[in-house]
Amino acid sequence: MTTKLFGERVERREDGRLLTGAGRFTDDLAHDAAQAAFVRSDFAHARICDIDVSGALDVAGVLGVYTYDDLQGGFAERLPLLIPHRDLKSPRTQYALARNEVCYAGEVVAMVVARDRYIAEDAAQAIRIEYEPLPVVVDLEQAVAVGSPLTHSDAADNVAAHVSEMKGDVDGVLGSAPHVFKWRFRPERSASMPMEGRAVFARYDSGQDTIEVYDSTQAPTGIRAGLAELFELDWDRVHVIAPDVGGGFGVKVMQFYPEEVLVPWASRQLGMPVKWTEDRREHFIGSNQERGQIHDVRVGVDAEGRILTLDVRFLHDTGAYCPYGLIVPIITAAQLPGPYRLANYRYSFWSVFTNTVPVSPYRGAGRPQAVFVMERVIERVAHELGLDSLEVRRRNFIQPDQFPYDVGVSWQDGGPTVYDSGDYPGGFQLLLDSLGLDGARQQQAEARAEGRLVGLGVGCYVEGTGIGPYEGATIAILPDGTVSAATGLSTQGQGHETIFAQIVADELGVPLERISVTTGDTRRIGFGVGTFASRSAVVAGHAMLRAARSLREQTAKLASTTLEVAVEDLVFEAGAVHVRGVPEKSVPLGRLTLVSNPLRYAYGRDARFAAELAQRAYAKADRPLPEGSRPGLSALEYYSPAAGVFGFGMHAALVEVDRRTCNLKILRYVIVHDCGRIINPLIVDGQVLGGLAQGIGGAFYERIHYSPEGQIQNASFMDFLIPYATEIPPVELHHLETPSPRNELGVKGVGEAGTIPVPAVIANGLSDALGVPIDHVPLSPEELFQILHREPA
Amino acid sequence: MSVPVRSELQRVTLTVNGAAQELEVEPRWLLSDVLRHQLGLTGTHVGCEHGVCGCCTILAGGRPARSCLMFALQAEGLEIQTVEGLASADGTLHPLQEAFRRHHGLQCGFCTPGFLMAALPFYRTAEGMSDQELREALAGQLCRCTGYAGILQAVRTASSIARERGQA
Repeated sequence: MTTKLFGERVERREDGRLLTGAGRFTDDLAHDAAQAAFVRSDFAHARICDIDVSGALDVAGVLGVYTYDDLQGGFAERLPLLIPHRDLKSPRTQYALARNEVCYAGEVVAMVVARDRYIAEDAAQAIRIEYEPLPVVVDLEQAVAVGSPLTHSDAADNVAAHVSEMKGDVDGVLGSAPHVFKWRFRPERSASMPMEGRAVFARYDSGQDTIEVYDSTQAPTGIRAGLAELFELDWDRVHVIAPDVGGGFGVKVMQFYPEEVLVPWASRQLGMPVKWTEDRREHFIGSNQERGQIHDVRVGVDAEGRILTLDVRFLHDTGAYCPYGLIVPIITAAQLPGPYRLANYRYSFWSVFTNTVPVSPYRGAGRPQAVFVMERVIERVAHELGLDSLEVRRRNFIQPDQFPYDVGVSWQDGGPTVYDSGDYPGGFQLLLDSLGLDGARQQQAEARAEGRLVGLGVGCYVEGTGIGPYEGATIAILPDGTVSAATGLSTQGQGHETIFAQIVADELGVPLERISVTTGDTRRIGFGVGTFASRSAVVAGHAMLRAARSLREQTAKLASTTLEVAVEDLVFEAGAVHVRGVPEKSVPLGRLTLVSNPLRYAYGRDARFAAELAQRAYAKADRPLPEGSRPGLSALEYYSPAAGVFGFGMHAALVEVDRRTCNLKILRYVIVHDCGRIINPLIVDGQVLGGLAQGIGGAFYERIHYSPEGQIQNASFMDFLIPYATEIPPVELHHLETPSPRNELGVKGVGEAGTIPVPAVIANGLSDALGVPIDHVPLSPEELFQILHREPA
Repeated sequence: MSVPVRSELQRVTLTVNGAAQELEVEPRWLLSDVLRHQLGLTGTHVGCEHGVCGCCTILAGGRPARSCLMFALQAEGLEIQTVEGLASADGTLHPLQEAFRRHHGLQCGFCTPGFLMAALPFYRTAEGMSDQELREALAGQLCRCTGYAGILQAVRTASSIARERGQA
């Protein structure tokens, strides 16, 4: 067998085109397409009294101007509720174009299509909308208070859902626990902010009644299914392609954004290609956000800091609509216990509407909040009891011999939350050893002696990854010997073209450079789910493995008759099938594809050779293509995991607050991370380090700041501060590889891991540095200034 | 409300990656839009249109510039370089590009052309820079995927790739 590529630090297959400017992002396509621009509500809540589009129609170069009244059929219905839930009593989704009422500033009210974007924006500006402002609610606590303004004027209240679950006897243990503490924690609103905004390009062909859509999405298969239904077309007539996508981080898994429906619709209305590319301001006010929650926690502990029970009630801000159902708060609730044993645990959450941009998953999807709460609880328990918080963690860890471990509450797929494998104490020890705990403590003490504000922060997490329902893969061996593979989920930088090729290469014995992988193209494979929840390597990875294996069996059978040897004596190596021990006896894979296809006409380079082989291969058959065989060598297989797989990790940081600027400085940052067996260390490192940077943003810089009137006050990169290289520290990264027993490759997901614990780690470090509890994130220098001057350390 | 009037097209000659191109543009058209949509040079990406993210960075007269903050007309007479001009005609990657590949300096690839162009004028001196100096030199560019580690390593080591090649 060729050297195994699984586990190798292989350079990426996709880099060549992206480095040379030859990548193809949605806005790179079709420069002559008509361009759309949207008019978005200026008000967070208002009734639409009148829309006058006459000014827009007068602009030269305008091709179409549309409002709600122009939509028909399914396009005039509310956009779908993607993930219903039995407790979601009052779901709301928006119309593609607002009808009567707008419920957040940024909601799409009108659409203009014009010859170019400049003209489209001119015309959009000429549309006059008369609004009657309605009362606005932004604050989560106010939203659930009696007499609150209503997010939707016809609703009874602002509560979309109330969900609660309990393991054990929380009230009883709270009554008997030696110590009971009550705290409140507030993770606040933030956003994914990929460098490429969203973009949609649609091409309707009236002659064929087909539509092809290029969409900067994380879920092209879902978009396709939904569009087919809206357009009342067979799936075969609708294709959706996610070309190169400039980052996603969750915001692009939402389906459908209004623009994803309206751009294809306009293409059919006008009978011409139409394109829309989101600008950054639109992204701030029109693309989903996440993270806003308020947690009220009661914890019962013994004198040694063992957590006897935890009772968490939290409000989850779902924004103006809840298209993604209850996934985010369910994940928060299920992942809050993290690596700690909680015999008695209860959560209750209320998913609450506010007049803000809708909420759907952003990298981590409810987990950064969960870890923030749990890790702050650990720190505060230790502080109250005068214990070392590191020791408190050790006393509460789930032990390596306790797997599978049932958390006792539901997982996001509706099944139980059962951890498959891990070694939390081992990972923690590695973290402290890598940090050099004594040295770090001494560094801190010396700095403090100099009057510097230095603190140590630690945070641990468990991340459920690799959820179903399924993914598929199709793989074919082409006549030239190259291998072409495809899966339905799309790619936003995770290196899928490389890791899937590694899996296929190992199975078929084909050099990596001869394998091409296509993702997110429904023309290649129509069934699939999407790239989210750190699931691609696990779910699509195993679909690739199965398809490659099935293809190998098929190929081996044909090679066995062609070479006249038993299947067991065949070796797949260097792009050919060899007879074991007889090096000169072999056949290249591409030739076998030719052999499998008994053509009437002989053409092409290898035709004569193939005809000869085919004669031999099918010598005993009664017809050119024997019963049970088919032309070409290809396989299509699916993989559906029975349950998720749970990675984990722990981070430590030595942080300093600059007394003068109140800025955060990260002196050291150490990561221990375990995502099971690693397919490609280069890519896993990249995922973790990139996640960390996003986590630092979420801990300290990236708070979406709403005014009480529901206007985002920092809707630009000049005010919403994404870290530059100067804000990110050098990182010491260590991997553990505890294989998952739940799948053949032993892999777990990694996409979100790096982000999850960072707000907790930074808040713990700052609490230690300043000597005051930091119970909300993201923070800012301004807030640290206020803390420093309120309570001098 | 007055209806905005489409402005008249004007002739401009842009010199991009060494070739002079005669174009007709509206005075309000951004250089980034003209590069991308008139000349088809889509390697220059637009991430914020307000000059902060750096995805649209090109070289104008040898110096990094935000093409989203320039009108195409302003580029008349300047030597413009975009990412499409980096690799050799035979497809050999520029040492910077090669270094980005080796060190996983890109994930989604959207910010990458901007980083390459921003680093191009100074990468030969990057080996001698301190970590902080190098971070500051690149602090005009945002990357949301990599956490910058691979980018910093790539820029620091690109000149060694150039040397390897010189010796080969």
